[in-house]
Amino acid sequence: MRVRVLAFARLRELLGFGQRDVEIAAEATVDALWSQLVPAAVPAAALRASTRFARNGTLVDGSAPLFDGDEIALMPPVGGG
Amino acid sequence: MFAITAEPIVLEQLVRAVRTNACGAVVAFAGVVRETSPDDPRSVRRIFYEAYPALALTQMREIAAAAQAAFGPLEIAIAHRTGLLELGDTSIAIAVAAPHRGPAFDACEYAIDEIKARLAVWKQEVFADGDAAWRANAAPGHPPAPAAEAAPST
Repeated sequence: MRVRVLAFARLRELLGFGQRDVEIAAEATVDALWSQLVPAAVPAAALRASTRFARNGTLVDGSAPLFDGDEIALMPPVGGG
Repeated sequence: MFAITAEPIVLEQLVRAVRTNACGAVVAFAGVVRETSPDDPRSVRRIFYEAYPALALTQMREIAAAAQAAFGPLEIAIAHRTGLLELGDTSIAIAVAAPHRGPAFDACEYAIDEIKARLAVWKQEVFADGDAAWRANAAPGHPPAPAAEAAPST
């Protein structure tokens, strides 16, 4: 299946994209998507603990299942205001 | 009125959006780009803001609903800028109208605290030397949702 991944701020810079369509195995979770996109050796991996996720505009945790066509946001700690 | 916008924020527009004849108090707040950083001794020249509108707009509505649940009947408008802002530019604006000033002040403070704690917006300070750094707000140590504090008294 295919999901659309959005990356913001420092994660966008480290991953090298703000938006990318990603092929991933059926029944994958958000955690699996992270592992596929961010191998442990790359600098962005250090941001895993502080990263929050949204699926289709709603906050979810890493165990959330993915479905074909989902939009998944990878979000570092916020800085608005 | 809830907005994530790349256009300059006009505070008066938010004030107009919340005024009603039932409201005797309007509190307006503007957060503006400042040249000092709490995280860096260098002079800040600009701030770049980036947002995830699909989530941030939902969060604005949630924050407004929670404020209404906690502080009573009131109208709230919130706008957050995106893009590269100059010193003095308004990055965030909130207007609250309520029957009395107490709830209006309280709801406005609650809204900005919640926005800083969780709104899906990111900030990059750009310094005079051309360097830039992403900045996170203080970890959410904010008070519990006021809906719980404002449980109806018996």
